[in-house]
Amino acid sequence: MTVGEIIQSLPYSEPFLFVDELLEVHDDGIKGNYTFRSDLPFYQGHFKDNPVTPGAILTECCAQIGVVCLGIHLMEGQFGEDSIIALSSFDMEFLLPVFPGEKVTVTSKKIYFRFNKLKCSVKMFNAKDKLVCRGIISGMLNKSDA
Amino acid sequence: MENFERLKEIVAQYLPDDVDADKIQLDSNFTQELNINSANLVDIVLDVEDAFNIQLENDDMDGMQTVSDALKIIENKVG
Repeated sequence: MTVGEIIQSLPYSEPFLFVDELLEVHDDGIKGNYTFRSDLPFYQGHFKDNPVTPGAILTECCAQIGVVCLGIHLMEGQFGEDSIIALSSFDMEFLLPVFPGEKVTVTSKKIYFRFNKLKCSVKMFNAKDKLVCRGIISGMLNKSDA
Repeated sequence: MENFERLKEIVAQYLPDDVDADKIQLDSNFTQELNINSANLVDIVLDVEDAFNIQLENDDMDGMQTVSDALKIIENKVG
């Protein structure tokens, strides 16, 4: 599967798609980036008059690039429109804020992918290559019946 | 019964807070009675593989509904 096909098959859309580009995809890991546009709706409320990207959204971005995109690659074409995906657990640490307009790069290393569960070690870096957050994220990715 | 005790110890680590370890009986269903979700069931299988030095396949996972199903798989593989 090509990088373009992976992004095409993601089950997300605006304003909840947090993947722009995939830079490297292999069986052991993935690297991709995303730019948080300043008109994203959550900035209106997080925080009032002081927009900062919520940690939950940083986690989501890490999960979309690091777990879902990697999982689609590892499933070798068996991910379809009727596939069910679910976040199962995460343990994250946040080190730096991400402000509207910032571009981040996510790297993910596979810990294991067995019985439909993909567990990864993820890191997010800002445009200055400083570590923004890191952690462990697991998700379930079920094959398409088709 | 030694295998059952080892399995029980593994399963107990993944029980939700509202399920007591003494609920782990031979006929207990992992998801329906012990409230273990499919993601934690994978962790149980991986711990079982390490503890008993065996490897489980997708078919084993599909057939693993109860604690006794798991024990049978373990006993077949340990041989």
